[in-house]
Amino acid sequence: MLKAWQTLMRLSKWSKPDPDATAEVDISTALHHLLDKSAERAAEHVAVEDTTGVTVSYRELCRQSDTLRDALRYLGVDCGDRVAFYLPKSVDSIISIFGIMKAGAAYVPLDPGAPAARNAYIASNCSVSAVIIDDRFVSEFCDKLGDLVQDIALIVLDETLPAPRVEAALIGMLANVPITATHDPEPEELAYILYTSGSTGKPKGVMISHENACSFVDWCSETFDPHETDRFSSHAPLHFDLSVHDVFVSIKHGATLVLIAEDTGKNPEKLARLIAERKITVWYSTPSILGLLAQFGKLDQHDYSSLRLILFAGEVFPIKHLRETKRMLAAPRYFNLYGPTETNVCTYFEIPAEVSAKRLDPYPIGRPCSHYEALVIDTDGSPVAAGEEGELVMHGPGVTPGYWKLADRTAVAFHHDPSGKVWYKTGDVVLEEQDGNYIYVGRRDRMVKKRGFRIELGEIETCLYQHPDVEEIGVVAVADEQGDLQIWAHISPKVGGRISIIPLKSFCAKRLPAYMIPDRFTFPEKLPRTSTDKVDYQKLMEISV
Amino acid sequence: MAISNDSVKQEVKAFILKEFLVGADPEELTNDTPLIETGILDSLGMIKLVTFLEERYKVTVEVDAESLANVDAIVEMVEAGS
Repeated sequence: MLKAWQTLMRLSKWSKPDPDATAEVDISTALHHLLDKSAERAAEHVAVEDTTGVTVSYRELCRQSDTLRDALRYLGVDCGDRVAFYLPKSVDSIISIFGIMKAGAAYVPLDPGAPAARNAYIASNCSVSAVIIDDRFVSEFCDKLGDLVQDIALIVLDETLPAPRVEAALIGMLANVPITATHDPEPEELAYILYTSGSTGKPKGVMISHENACSFVDWCSETFDPHETDRFSSHAPLHFDLSVHDVFVSIKHGATLVLIAEDTGKNPEKLARLIAERKITVWYSTPSILGLLAQFGKLDQHDYSSLRLILFAGEVFPIKHLRETKRMLAAPRYFNLYGPTETNVCTYFEIPAEVSAKRLDPYPIGRPCSHYEALVIDTDGSPVAAGEEGELVMHGPGVTPGYWKLADRTAVAFHHDPSGKVWYKTGDVVLEEQDGNYIYVGRRDRMVKKRGFRIELGEIETCLYQHPDVEEIGVVAVADEQGDLQIWAHISPKVGGRISIIPLKSFCAKRLPAYMIPDRFTFPEKLPRTSTDKVDYQKLMEISV
Repeated sequence: MAISNDSVKQEVKAFILKEFLVGADPEELTNDTPLIETGILDSLGMIKLVTFLEERYKVTVEVDAESLANVDAIVEMVEAGS
């Protein structure tokens, strides 16, 4: 029987008439089943390869994730638990993702580049029962966890082990570990939790169920026509929701996932060479990375004839940079994908083959994906007329059930319409064009995107308030003349004068991910205030030049 | 053209102060101030710095945390490459 949302996929206002409407639709039910199915079809095909030459076939990925499943169960992991991994991006991370879900737990990816204190907070916030961790992170992580560490099983991957390391790390235990069955989850069971910046100063966990994630993966299947011969890039970090496309669409279709290590990912020349040499066919990243590739990658030195699809998401692609990227990489189709972590991709727009030289505005975020309905509402929750600005809200099977243990925050994230339908409030202000495409206008709140990463400016303020010399602080984000977002921290110090900038940056670097460290600091005696005595952020933005 | 060690140091420092430490007291930035773990250089900052070094000194520079660890390391790398 079709579930409600599967019917919705067929009824969506914008979906094109499907000539094959009566054909059997292959609906995914659990993310980890995608691997098992592909392993039956394409056992010897390379499932994952990294840039150091480590590869793993579908058969091996399946077998090694089964081994991890059994070990996790042996260590006490139950269905419904959370299990984190704290690893540099590697074949081991992918084994972990599948092993954790097969054991019935939700996976929680920790950012190997973030401060250990932040990762320890995340692990304790969602009370993980186990962590698969690289040995280089163990001592600081355990130190930050304190007594909590006693309740967490650690699987430590020693750097001396041969890659992939998960199975080798478990070898001493395996003789005692019974073989168990892979968990068959209900649609609403959690597949993963991704932590994003939180306005109250602590990251918040966005819960995503198997049904949420599978509806997105199936939409990708119908839209991008993936094949076993495809070679997917995995550029985005695994704690970033772009990775959900890379990992699961690739695995579902028996294709090869090419993992791009953190270091290479930030180096445009190495990246440009890698895309050509590894014959990537499907590329997905933020516009910032594509802009850097076009600017610094020396793309004209390589052959990109394999590349058929370029997907970008996470922020607005300034038209100048998009035009330059298309000029350098002309052949592939380009798609602008839009959606917060809470919905994953929910609208999309295909960039026309020719970007007119006259065009100055960024392209629209497009129309709803076939598994979504969209609505634009005013502050009272009433729908606005087409062409008027309002907040974009989404309804469909991809929408998160909410934030981990934040009932209040979850309650305000949803809009209930008079018919009782529930919509996720994106916080993004859009307007609908005559042709049904949505144009992104801006944000309702104080969240900004820097190189695709979500930043709640309040989280930076909360961090800086812990500094002993800070009396008051106002953080704003302003684009510089190149269009890059700059974060300005305006600090009024406790004892007049100024605070040294390098120690201040170091202070932030110990507590926040690098992309959240303010670019600029000023030290006014007092912060400007509005007539109601609140910090005047508008004024602060005006002086941030 | 040989560029003296000191002038490379001054130029690199001036670039870092102008691009990444606006408003900082120049005295704060010493030859061994860590540039990565202090958050002075993020990934985009590293690329900007490398582009500057390559254009200014006609050297090929690796974008990695080790060669860009501090001003001393940068100057050493520029000298080895020129």
